[in-house]
Amino acid sequence: MDEELERDERVFLMVEEVAQYDGALQVSRGLWKKYGDKRISTLPFLRVRILIMWRSGGSGGGLLLFKTGPSLPLFQAGLRPICEFMTFNFSMQAIDQVINSAAKTYYMSAGLQPVPIVFRGPNGASAGVAAQHSQCFAAWYAHCPGLKVVSPWNSEDAKGLLKSAIREDNPVVFLENELMYGVPFEMSEESQSKDFTIPIGKAKVERPGSHVTVVSHSRLVGHCLDAAAVLAKEGIECEVINLRTIRPMDVESIEASVMKTNHLVTVEGGWPQFGVGAEICARIMEGPAFNYLDAPVTRVTGVDIPMPYAKILEDHSVPQIKDIIFSIKKTLNV
Amino acid sequence: VKANVSSVLKATSVKCDLHRLEEGPPEKAELTRDQGLQYYRTMQTIRRMELKADQLYKQKIIRGFCHLYDGQEACAAGIEAGINPTDHLITAYRAHGYTYTRGVSVKEILAELTGRKGGVAKGKGGSMHMYAPCFYGGNGIVGAQVPLGAGIALACQYQGNNQLCVSLYGDGAANQGQLFEAYNMAALWKLPCIFICENNKYGMGTSVERAAASTDYYKRGDYIPGLRVDGMDVLCVREATKFAADHCRSGKGPIVMELQTYRYHGHSMSDPGVSYRTREEIQEVRSKSDPISMLKERMLSHNMASVEEFKEMDVEIRKEVEEAAQFATSDPEPPLDDLCNHIFYNNPPLEVRGTHPWAKLKSLS
Repeated sequence: MDEELERDERVFLMVEEVAQYDGALQVSRGLWKKYGDKRISTLPFLRVRILIMWRSGGSGGGLLLFKTGPSLPLFQAGLRPICEFMTFNFSMQAIDQVINSAAKTYYMSAGLQPVPIVFRGPNGASAGVAAQHSQCFAAWYAHCPGLKVVSPWNSEDAKGLLKSAIREDNPVVFLENELMYGVPFEMSEESQSKDFTIPIGKAKVERPGSHVTVVSHSRLVGHCLDAAAVLAKEGIECEVINLRTIRPMDVESIEASVMKTNHLVTVEGGWPQFGVGAEICARIMEGPAFNYLDAPVTRVTGVDIPMPYAKILEDHSVPQIKDIIFSIKKTLNV
Repeated sequence: VKANVSSVLKATSVKCDLHRLEEGPPEKAELTRDQGLQYYRTMQTIRRMELKADQLYKQKIIRGFCHLYDGQEACAAGIEAGINPTDHLITAYRAHGYTYTRGVSVKEILAELTGRKGGVAKGKGGSMHMYAPCFYGGNGIVGAQVPLGAGIALACQYQGNNQLCVSLYGDGAANQGQLFEAYNMAALWKLPCIFICENNKYGMGTSVERAAASTDYYKRGDYIPGLRVDGMDVLCVREATKFAADHCRSGKGPIVMELQTYRYHGHSMSDPGVSYRTREEIQEVRSKSDPISMLKERMLSHNMASVEEFKEMDVEIRKEVEEAAQFATSDPEPPLDDLCNHIFYNNPPLEVRGTHPWAKLKSLS
């Protein structure tokens, strides 16, 4: 964000509690001190409700941003806001505007009003935060035309995809993961450059394999790689694909892999019904890879319940590495 | 009981700011010895319970979110003293105090915090999701509980049962649009709803001056009458609540109340609470306006109880909290077969998908 704020003056950040609190999860730490009030808009602790209204006229269009709570109208002609949700659970209070104002406006205006905005924040289960704070919104947002939905796993993903999201001229929902914030990763020389971007809409094969395709996004990519390491000792070679983008989904990469391995397991933290895995299944069925499947696709998902608080229950509500291993073996019939 | 202990204090004054009200609560309130001891016990129990929760959190026996109420005890105790047990109450996530005043034992609260089957929500809810008859939590999403409170008030009106609903929120939530929608409907339909803003001066790390164009939270209901009292004084809170309850029950519609209070802890256990306010400020409130000390001093100076009596109560309360903590740390976690229960009410048993298609779990109502 620092690099993008430096690169383009139109980029600015709206975060709750960014000033003295340094941003609740410290992702925006130091930015307010560096850029000041104009570029870093600190919102009171309100669960921001963003109302985006378009104003007619002018190339590039104008964006009128209201935050209900203290209804501060902020007129930005051609600005590129980054809006942080403290967690995506709170985005439900603003979701009308994300969908009806951000996602649909370019279409409704027949090309007059683009909406270059990024909504970012932690998504999905954390640790012990109970039902109202643990939901995964990947399926909810990815359902909507007009939005791009990105879900990084490691540091390179986070950096490269966020920069692309900020440079993207359309609304992007950027689903981070609180439990991943503190996990360090080695970063390549190339990825440390200020212009390192990762294209939105392209998945990455994190680990090549020949027996089964395992597709995941966000934190569970790590779980899949761990499962793959265990299975490799038994002679099962998993091809682990990191989706990186949920919408538009890189189905071609999945298809190419399935046409090689003949088996597919999807892994996600969200609920099963109408989810990311369900979409992958449907798309595979509709495309050339269907005829290459030697077994039905298996979906590994969160348990279909609100998230319980007690540790033992919470642990059993989300996919564990052993669940992934079990599912892969069942799919391979071994 | 000492021979010259007086049983009633008649002269305590209730200072009140009024909005769209000709008159407010009576200027003088009465406190009996029994009441005083009861309020003291309630507040001290909440205080010790919250400090125990702090300890358990630091030992990692409590996980996730934990928003502590110490400093604000007079609000919970005073409100409960001003309403009936059959009235209704809903609040946000800083809810342990209200869970207690609404009738849940310290044992069940702490066991819920530690995620055990003996917790008030069987370990499934955690800190922000505790419930009791006439107490609707414990709500995690800021401000969402206020329209719910108006709805509960609607139910009271609909059923004609002369009950009311107390709908609590903080200074942070006070700026939310959904509150104003709730105000509008409550006023339009004259719902028996007391909207109470616990103004502890900070919404997370944002001071009220930086958050609100108007910090007169008792006036924010605009067309709804309002009153503001010192939330550190349990008697003021009680009198204001009684006044507000009478207002609602007489069919006049909703009323807004602001309680000026203070939290000693940060927003939650992950907030040290000193990056946006000074230690001096916290210390000043502790020494000059602590609700429990203030009540105790008042009773002592009017000879309503002895130092020994307070000491005895303190010992009893510490013991109660200690035993509750013992239970909370030794009670087993909920059984795995409770994982999927309580999805639907009054429903035949349901099959629930586990983490993969071969995990077929069972859900009972």
